[in-house]
Amino acid sequence: MNILIPTPLRPFAGGQNVLQVEAGTVGEAIHALTGAHPELRRHLFTPEGKLRAFVNLYLNEDDIRYLPDKENTRVSAADSLSIIPSIAGGSDRRGGRGFGAMQINP
Amino acid sequence: MSILRLPRFVYDEIRAHGEETYPHECCGALLGHPAPEGWRIVASVRADNTRTDSAHNRYQIAPVELVHIQRTARRQGAEIAGFYHSHPDHPPQWSPTDFAEAHWLGSSYVITEVAQGKAGRTNSFLLAGTTEEDKHFEDEAIVMDDESIGAPSA
Repeated sequence: MNILIPTPLRPFAGGQNVLQVEAGTVGEAIHALTGAHPELRRHLFTPEGKLRAFVNLYLNEDDIRYLPDKENTRVSAADSLSIIPSIAGGSDRRGGRGFGAMQINP
Repeated sequence: MSILRLPRFVYDEIRAHGEETYPHECCGALLGHPAPEGWRIVASVRADNTRTDSAHNRYQIAPVELVHIQRTARRQGAEIAGFYHSHPDHPPQWSPTDFAEAHWLGSSYVITEVAQGKAGRTNSFLLAGTTEEDKHFEDEAIVMDDESIGAPSA
């Protein structure tokens, strides 16, 4: 199966944007990936071995966190696994939401 | 200092997006190619802000949308080079939340101030470093076509 490597992790994956691995499950695919490119491990997992909270793994269109078998989900050669770091942020501006401000009666 | 090179139509598009979503934050991705001095952008892709609970000061792009954007980039022979969002009625400087939630090392984070519905200054910051532990934002100059917009200003 193919594993799509996001831009920030490519330096730790031999500079490649797609890697092919042979695996029967999502977990085996990740194991094969980090076995071939050990530097990826610390970017994907905490020191305790848990998937970092901001790292999303998508099997085709599905977040593996919400698949019934999670990392034990079976995969085929036609599947693709995407590694997607999250994107979020914001100004932290305090104050109103622009409209719908609450009225407080004295 | 690294340089983010943007075509004018991309610069105009991300600023227009911020005006359209005002008073909420807009967000999207930048597709491009690496260059010696920084990213050379070829296109932007709009994304939905999923933080509808606090869209005036927060943004988030659904991961599945990023999966689609990543596929689009591959089809175009480009890479996800960075992301943009707006700061409604707030300066175009990265916030503690912007920093805490930034995980695309080596990518450009572009912020446009939108004051009373009108796009103001647009700044870019490179997320430098090699790990979550040593990541940091560096000011980045924006060059639009052949015209320098300059380094981030407060």
